[in-house]
Amino acid sequence: MSSTLTPHAPTDRSRDLSQPLDALGPDETLKADSDQLRGTIALSLLDRITGAVSDRDTKLMKFQGVYQQDDRDLRDERRRQKLEPAYQFMARVRLPGGVCTSEQWLTLDALAREHGRGTLRITTRQTFQFHWVLKDSLRPLIQKLHTVLLDTISACGDDARGVMCSVDPHLSALHAEVYAIARQASDHAIPRMRAYHEIWYGETRVAASGPEEPFYGRTYMPRKFKIGFVIPPVNDIDVYTQDLGFIAVAGPDGLEGFNVAIGGGMGRTDQAPATYPRLADVIGFVPKDRVLAASDAVMAVQREYGDRRDRARARFKYTIDDKGLDWIVREIEAVQGFAFEPARPFEFTTNGDVLGWRRGEDGRHHHTLFLEAGRIDNRPGRPLLDGLREIARAHPGGFRLTPNQNLVIANVAARDRQLIEGLLEGFGLSELNAGSGLRRNAIACVALPTCGLAMAEAERYLPSLAPKIEAILERHGLIEEPITLRVSGCPNGCSRPYVAEIALTGRAPGKYNLYLGGGFHGQRLNRMDLENVGEAAILARLDTVIARYARERLEGERFGDFVVRAGRDLDA
Amino acid sequence: MTLAEFPGPGLSEEQWRLIRSLAVSLSSSQLSWVSGYFAGFDEGTRGRVAAATPQAPEPAAPPQAAARTLTILFGSETGASQDLAATLARRAEDQGLPVRLFDMGAYKVRQLKDEQDLLLISSTHGEGDPPQAAADFFEFLESRKAPRLEQARFSVLALGDSTYERFCEAGRRLDRRLEELGARRFEPRADCDVDYEEPAAAWMGRVLSHFAAGPATPAPTAPAALAARPEPTAFDRKRPFPAAVIDNLVLTGRGSSKETRHLELSLEGSGLTFEPGDALGLHARNDPAVVAALLDAVALSPEAPVSLKGGDLPLGEALESAYEVTAATPRFLEQWAQVTGAAGLKALLGDDGREARSAFLRGHQVIDIVRAFPAPGVAPVTLLAGLRPLQPRLYSIASSPLVAEDEAHLTVSTVRFALHGTPRSGVASGHIADRLGEDATLPAYIQPNPHFRLPEPERPILMIGAGTGVAPFRAFMQHREAQGTPGRSWLVLGERNFRTDFLYQTEWQALLRDQALTRMDVAFSRDGDRKLYVQHRLLEHAAEVYAWIEDGACVYVCGDAARLAPDVHEALATILVEQGRLSREDAEERLRGLAREHRYQRDVY
Repeated sequence: MSSTLTPHAPTDRSRDLSQPLDALGPDETLKADSDQLRGTIALSLLDRITGAVSDRDTKLMKFQGVYQQDDRDLRDERRRQKLEPAYQFMARVRLPGGVCTSEQWLTLDALAREHGRGTLRITTRQTFQFHWVLKDSLRPLIQKLHTVLLDTISACGDDARGVMCSVDPHLSALHAEVYAIARQASDHAIPRMRAYHEIWYGETRVAASGPEEPFYGRTYMPRKFKIGFVIPPVNDIDVYTQDLGFIAVAGPDGLEGFNVAIGGGMGRTDQAPATYPRLADVIGFVPKDRVLAASDAVMAVQREYGDRRDRARARFKYTIDDKGLDWIVREIEAVQGFAFEPARPFEFTTNGDVLGWRRGEDGRHHHTLFLEAGRIDNRPGRPLLDGLREIARAHPGGFRLTPNQNLVIANVAARDRQLIEGLLEGFGLSELNAGSGLRRNAIACVALPTCGLAMAEAERYLPSLAPKIEAILERHGLIEEPITLRVSGCPNGCSRPYVAEIALTGRAPGKYNLYLGGGFHGQRLNRMDLENVGEAAILARLDTVIARYARERLEGERFGDFVVRAGRDLDA
Repeated sequence: MTLAEFPGPGLSEEQWRLIRSLAVSLSSSQLSWVSGYFAGFDEGTRGRVAAATPQAPEPAAPPQAAARTLTILFGSETGASQDLAATLARRAEDQGLPVRLFDMGAYKVRQLKDEQDLLLISSTHGEGDPPQAAADFFEFLESRKAPRLEQARFSVLALGDSTYERFCEAGRRLDRRLEELGARRFEPRADCDVDYEEPAAAWMGRVLSHFAAGPATPAPTAPAALAARPEPTAFDRKRPFPAAVIDNLVLTGRGSSKETRHLELSLEGSGLTFEPGDALGLHARNDPAVVAALLDAVALSPEAPVSLKGGDLPLGEALESAYEVTAATPRFLEQWAQVTGAAGLKALLGDDGREARSAFLRGHQVIDIVRAFPAPGVAPVTLLAGLRPLQPRLYSIASSPLVAEDEAHLTVSTVRFALHGTPRSGVASGHIADRLGEDATLPAYIQPNPHFRLPEPERPILMIGAGTGVAPFRAFMQHREAQGTPGRSWLVLGERNFRTDFLYQTEWQALLRDQALTRMDVAFSRDGDRKLYVQHRLLEHAAEVYAWIEDGACVYVCGDAARLAPDVHEALATILVEQGRLSREDAEERLRGLAREHRYQRDVY
């Protein structure tokens, strides 16, 4: 393996792509020997003795957006029953910017009913996940997605993940322009992945005339790479948590370009102190016609210099901290062949969604619906899946998925507002937006029973946890106060907990670390307040801190800001 | 400061001089060995070593442990225990000790009883749980199945995270349990927090010093249990052995349309022996609730004395233990027709009533008949006169004595259905599913089945079964794996649903992985749009089935007599016709010939 870049200044290359495979981590060899991600997936799908695929194929399938899991509620029981774990797959759709047509919605709905136990989940990266998909159902599901021009390519794996984009319905013209670029960036940044077409669509393999992956090569990225586009003042995509963030800058004539932010990331590895969450740094401005070039350059730098020995330290944020931000920026500029302009001023005010109706500049209406933990299913008295199907049938304007796992019923003509409201009412969905300030700003990852990484409950815990915190807020007269609450089942941080004002990350069943003091619009990391404790300790602590907040807050001061200001004093 | 300048606590000048001169003469690996040697020194060993080698400047005793076996077992979640175990193994080898290293997940627990020196390293997961991969090992060790380990010595290295409440609990569990089983702890357990490297290395040093510092514990004496073993007694159908239930679990997963159980019985002390293919006869008891309902329906007291061949019994006990009280027979119908004089029953008697009688008996059990046709004041003896003596139930044994010594495993389908609005269950399967307590026993005996036997080891076998028909094939494969049989094996298995009904799935997967089982095909009849059975798989792979038969394979069929057996027979005949270009008659003759050569054996019921 040889590096295609020559660094502009000397740097330690003992841990990157320039080294022979056997000097790098085992996943590098796995990728290189995978025949460009084909592996033995096609054979694994035929194996009737197991509902799983081979260990190697599970890793390769992630690049194809398919993630092997098992029902962890049943794991122990089945082991005793001499049955293998109840294997199933999560399939994550690639949906740049979270924009979905009504026709696509109806197909997703039908697939969820047929293969996904009647549930869809909106992720914190604005896309859909199917859970509970059995091995034999994967091909039919992916083929059906293809009929509405959706795929699952690089929704997981060491590659450019789904590209995010602000959904702010108010700025309709700007959104259209930024979304178009986000979509283009996604199509551009993903691997070509012939394997996907062969395995899932049954296309025949044709001899390749050149390298199959001109950008990615045989070893792809060192780790996942997340790109997002944000339109101030709403930082809904949490741009500081992206590996590569583009902050839209508009002038009187519309979009001019983007401030570029690099090196964000939430994940840390349990019991690995050398891993940590990091906020992205703004490094300059690019005009809009140079976004793809800049995106390519940033990814190329990470591809070349990212740590490929230790996966726990392979994210871009560590490359930046290891090499120094200045070195990285100069290297990006050398690769893209132009310098960044100085960053333009911008301001964020929130990272939450405004719920309910809003009118766009183009006169069309948008309704944002709060979905707890992004879960769409039918429950007694609240047939959400059925209701949204009816709306998709009646409404041609499509949907947008927000990074806060909420749903925008988009582009409603003024005369159709009543129709939508009637349907929401009819399906018992008009109460969804009635939650407290805390509830409306709460996020939970999936965790148990399907996620293999989860150490504690998250999505299933939020509905019982939130009312207990609400009771505390109520007691202190703060029930309407918007406060961000995020629950993750493990320290990896899929719900972006480390920027929340209150966050719980799972350590063991019923045990969490409590974090406090993130910025309300995602501009500041929080700090660990309690380690590995149960609910009683968490609630007692929150009661103390919230009581102080109620008494001592400054005018308009956010909870997270107060926690930081009060600092050590809170321990007294 | 260098260590060599630091005089240890309370050492005399002479002692310090000796240590220093020794220290500078040693290589670094020798140094670390010596540190462990001293660390492992206690008063007792010191006395021994001093007596044997009065001036011993170096450990003269050769590692006598070489005569014993040293086994290292690890349970690892993140790889730390695994790495430590590998290091320990390397260090032990460097010391000239023969070592066996196993992941607890891959270790065959039946070997435990033969282990001598055991070193165990385990991390703790969640709230005091063992690592996932080690869960089976822990479960075995902590169950009643675990053997006594008086002959073994052990030491445990426990890894954990002290921010969790049950710090190092998995290691502590091992430590506790091994002691309970009679093993001798030759070095105290070491508990390590997340910074485990140093304490772990120190533990290794201490542990390994035992092997160099002197002879291992004296050779184990014969366990008392062995000497006290009773003479084999002839237990048989008439005099069944009270087999203790060791395990009794549901094999079918949640949401299954059926319930199939796995039952493990202990034959220890019975002197009973068997071969794969044999069956176990069980004397089950009737459901006391059914007996009570029956007595209620005929208005008789359970205490009413009745005389049986074996002596006098209360009626209730007699009905529970000695008579069939569920399924009715034509004889009962006849008797009850006489007792009641009911025209409705009389109409069912005689040759003319045969079809109506069968239909009636399918829809009516004894209780339904006595309720529909009451006989006020019937005498106990009259009631019993129509009832059939309770028969033992036969189950193909699902284990090999080579693997589960002194045990018999059974695969039991729980019979449950509803009749006239009340739930009913099978006598034996209901007893096993609903009425076996913690320390229960079941009266059992061996029913040999000489017509269902493994062939010579080189010969390939083709095993075809559905449902509980899988049982003898589990015994076959355990046996062949234990023997290291060279012959190929092919299992074709049918059930209803892949996800819930794949009986013994993980065991077949392990056998396939180890290539003890050459090939396996499965047919799940209720998964697809089309009902798919084992015979369809045979026809799908007709050329290979034919090739196996031509290569001399023995073909076994086990399961349902009414459908599976004829359907498989038909498929085999078709394969012989199509692949062997035989006429239909010749194909049938070929199958008869195979049966005569014991190459086509059936155990159907």
